[in-house]
Amino acid sequence: MENVLEIRHLRKSFGAHEVLRDIDFAAQAGEVVCVIGSSGSGKSTLLRCINLLETPDAGEILYHGQNIQTGGLSMPAFHAKVGMVFQQFNLFENMTVLKNCMYGQMKALGRGEKESRGNAMKYLAKVGMDQFINARPRQLSGGQKQRVAIARALAMDPEVLLFDEPTSALDPEMVGEVLNVMQELARSGLTMLVVTHEMGFARSVASKVVFMDAGVILEAGTPEQVLDHPQQERTKAFLANVLK
Amino acid sequence: MPTTFFGWVWFLLQKYGVLFLRGTGITMLVAVSGTLLGFLLGLLAAIARTVEPAQGAGKGRRAAVKVLHGIMNVYIQVFRGTPMIVQAMIIYYGAMQYLGITMNEIAAAVLIVSVNTGAYMAEIIRGGILSIDKGQTEAAHSIGLTHWQTMTGVVLPQAVRNILPSIGNEFIVNIKDSSVLNVISVSELFFQSKSAAGTYFRYFEVFFITGCIYLVLTLLVTRAIRLLEKKLEGPDHYVICGSQSDSASVITVTEEK
Repeated sequence: MENVLEIRHLRKSFGAHEVLRDIDFAAQAGEVVCVIGSSGSGKSTLLRCINLLETPDAGEILYHGQNIQTGGLSMPAFHAKVGMVFQQFNLFENMTVLKNCMYGQMKALGRGEKESRGNAMKYLAKVGMDQFINARPRQLSGGQKQRVAIARALAMDPEVLLFDEPTSALDPEMVGEVLNVMQELARSGLTMLVVTHEMGFARSVASKVVFMDAGVILEAGTPEQVLDHPQQERTKAFLANVLK
Repeated sequence: MPTTFFGWVWFLLQKYGVLFLRGTGITMLVAVSGTLLGFLLGLLAAIARTVEPAQGAGKGRRAAVKVLHGIMNVYIQVFRGTPMIVQAMIIYYGAMQYLGITMNEIAAAVLIVSVNTGAYMAEIIRGGILSIDKGQTEAAHSIGLTHWQTMTGVVLPQAVRNILPSIGNEFIVNIKDSSVLNVISVSELFFQSKSAAGTYFRYFEVFFITGCIYLVLTLLVTRAIRLLEKKLEGPDHYVICGSQSDSASVITVTEEK
């Protein structure tokens, strides 16, 4: 099966601090890859490099075999295909819920207003936020904001969605509503790369779990392999702490 | 001839009412257009100063961005660092002596106020842009919006709302400070007042009237800016759509303050 995303020898430093040290991995179509690990292990930076919010220092990121930096890909087109959901939601505060989901389609994809609206409504319904199209972000709860942010990313019809700790800024009560939406998406065959601390989600939804520590991938495999039968001491220690 | 203060005020108002009005008109024309054009200049300068060379941009582009930033810095420093009255003299008489152009006074006034305001606005707007959480910019880039689209559609509408009080300040300063343009014979309120006062040597009464007019103008502008702020904030309520039991029923949710 073809790799949708492939990462080869990726390196990234902030000043003297090396955050990513020679990262290699691949994701196939329809796979849900959960990236786990303690804070500062480089998980978020990895995601941000894939979306070019950070410029990698070395290595290659391939999208369908094409280098995203030098392969002549059009950036708006690539960004539309590889979307991102942030920990802090990052909704456009000056727009209504509906407008949040339409603006990118109209500006970056050049879609008409009617098509954009229809598409936005479809995905807002999917995340259960279609009743709130007139609300402004500041009027919504955290869980509602995150569901709108997911709809905004989906409205671009992406092939891959990157989730950067999507539930870490939420009240415990609201984590469930967002995870349910993500589970639904995983079932629909969307390729997902999820940085998360939700081990329950990783166990039940992930097709592959990647454990990162100090800028390297220590372990990768199925949820059973990594979560239930970890090989590395570091992984065992981490899991013992979070599953406690 | 009147003998009391109010007698003089009334007399001067009757005699020079049209003059005062005309002066007020020119003052507002210069202040409004100067503030608007200055705002646009400031926007361009601020956007230019927030441009960063694209990922993997070549040496040429990087240098171009550097030069752009440099030009903007010089512009802001020079026009914030010298008095507008001096700028007026240099621009007006410079054009006359070295370019042989006698500028229309009002056009010169608008030009000077705009360029001066632009330098202040650039900093105000830059501050406004920085006040918007970077996450929204990242989200915009992550769905493929360009720097320009992100700025005009997401960041600036919010930044402008946040800096509206400062824009109002600039506007008020321009209403008052356009008076220095009397040195290049712009027939604004102060210039007209001076000629009105000279005829009867009633400086106190004339400038009492002038002061009142400036005060009314600035009070009106303050009010208008307040209203605009309210409007830009958007409604504090929204309507939930499509209630399942009855599609005609409307649920309005009001924001808690």
